[in-house]
Amino acid sequence: MIQYLADGIVNAALIALGAIGLSMTYNVLRFANFAQGEILTAGAYFTLLVVTVLGAGIGTMGPIAFGWPLLVSMLVAIALTGAVVLVVDMLLFAPLRGRNASRITLIMAAFGVSLMGRNLVMLMTGGEPFYYDFYIPRAFALFPGFEVVPDDLAIVAIAGLAFALLFVLVNRTSMGRQMRAVAENPTLARVNGIDVRAVIRWTWIVGAALATVAGALLGHNTQLRPEMGFDLLLPMFAALILGGATNLYGTILGAVVIGLTEALAVAIGLSGYRAAVTFAVIVVFLLLRPQGLLGERE
Amino acid sequence: MMEGMLSFAVFFLVFASFYALCSLGLNLQWGFTGLFNVGVVGFFAIGAYASAIITGPAYPDTLFGGFGMPFPFGLAGAMLSAGVAALGVGFVTLRLREDFLAISTFGVAIAIQLVCLNFEPLTRGPNGMYSLPRPFAGLFATHAFDNVLYLVVCLALIAGVYLAFERMVRSPWGRVLRAIRDDEVAAAALGKNVFAFRLQSFVVGSAVMGLAGALYANFQGFISPADFLPIFTFQVFVMLIVGGSGNNLGALLGGLFVWFLWSMSEQVMQALLPPTALTQAAAARIVLIGLVLALMLLFRPEGILAERRIVSREARLPRAPKR
Repeated sequence: MIQYLADGIVNAALIALGAIGLSMTYNVLRFANFAQGEILTAGAYFTLLVVTVLGAGIGTMGPIAFGWPLLVSMLVAIALTGAVVLVVDMLLFAPLRGRNASRITLIMAAFGVSLMGRNLVMLMTGGEPFYYDFYIPRAFALFPGFEVVPDDLAIVAIAGLAFALLFVLVNRTSMGRQMRAVAENPTLARVNGIDVRAVIRWTWIVGAALATVAGALLGHNTQLRPEMGFDLLLPMFAALILGGATNLYGTILGAVVIGLTEALAVAIGLSGYRAAVTFAVIVVFLLLRPQGLLGERE
Repeated sequence: MMEGMLSFAVFFLVFASFYALCSLGLNLQWGFTGLFNVGVVGFFAIGAYASAIITGPAYPDTLFGGFGMPFPFGLAGAMLSAGVAALGVGFVTLRLREDFLAISTFGVAIAIQLVCLNFEPLTRGPNGMYSLPRPFAGLFATHAFDNVLYLVVCLALIAGVYLAFERMVRSPWGRVLRAIRDDEVAAAALGKNVFAFRLQSFVVGSAVMGLAGALYANFQGFISPADFLPIFTFQVFVMLIVGGSGNNLGALLGGLFVWFLWSMSEQVMQALLPPTALTQAAAARIVLIGLVLALMLLFRPEGILAERRIVSREARLPRAPKR
């Protein structure tokens, strides 16, 4: 049982990394970004591109089966993914915002971007799975009866580091304050001289950066497929709703709950219904506590 | 040759009918009430499986179903099942922000797909349900004729749904839907039960999607979970956007037009590309359709046929403001 929980925590870390971007676009840009999964996929494949170009493999760090080459590739991939996301925003979402298009129009556009993104990856890779490197997880016993894989520990640690950086950004920097101001009240923020466009740019970039980290780590842990991000979309949304939508900490907490719930579903033999279990959790929460774990009632 | 063309045209139109019905259903939900349903394919799948269970043969490996009832019972059961599912989903989500409805319906579609895939005692899982009865099969010497008859049934059902929807959206009921769509608070202030109207619109629209699913199942004679992927929902969106949301004729026209583009591009690619490149070709087509959607949203959000801003039969507005 405890073994499943360890898997759940790793899964939760990846879901949370992806869901932060979802939460940020939801609060600053005010729509549910159905293309978030593809940002993650793009990050994973861009990392693959850089790993391939560098040609240095993915390295190792002690018992961990990846090292600096993968991390450096991931950083370069963050820049590439961020650039693509900004271009999509410039071409599609910005004009729609400029027209004061409804939230639903934005969602629909995002749904279109999601399908296009997934199929562009399919088009370019032929749809076959890719791997950064040959990787067999080797577990060691942390204490008797409980084994962990060093890479899993590394993934959780990297996620923790990323969250720490995020909280410094949101709570301690001027841009973070501006983001929160725009999330609270865009009109008031603009009147007070906040450059809303810059805030939107940084919202996309930060979300894309964390999604890239999630994509690269997920790709290392499993494999790269065009649907890898899309398959995480429902758990990410679930984390968002569970956390109360307007609260970043809540989103992370929501991701932990979802990760553990899915692990539990697998543990009791419902692995085929994993996503359906996630969905059931969403429904229960919407019924009982629509404001989420840490949210406030509107 | 001529006969081949004709039978292809019939085949094409029968498939266009499934999409046109879904597009009409989504139009009632989204075009008129402002409810965004990202799970169109889920309700379509419920209809297909409901009809398969009601009209299909008994399989040795299922625990429930195989009632072998006549085709019309399949259609009715499909509408009922999809409607009941929509009632449940709507009850949970229609009080919340519109984003939550989008997310929940997306989740519903995935959950339904998983049930189709994993709940083998009912759906036979990935093996699918085969030998579903095709109505009119065996009446004629060749399949071409029963396809024509099937098309007639489809067209009659579309006409029925279209006329019913036109009446509904022009009635006081329909005016309330549009009032809710355009200004929920104002509608509530006028004493309208916003939740009840939304729920009705959502259920009726989903029931029509279920009807389309039943027609699909009994035309194909075989269904499996692979038939019900998110791309279907996306195609229906694009049809409605291209045709013009808020306009029932637009919904039909969009369905026909986008389905034409979709199947023609398939024909062209199959003719031009080697079989090894077909996976990529399929992906390229989806990207193209995505571009069509993006361009429509950007440059002609009202669609080919814009909504007619008629408040009622008695009162006509001079010139509608642009949306």
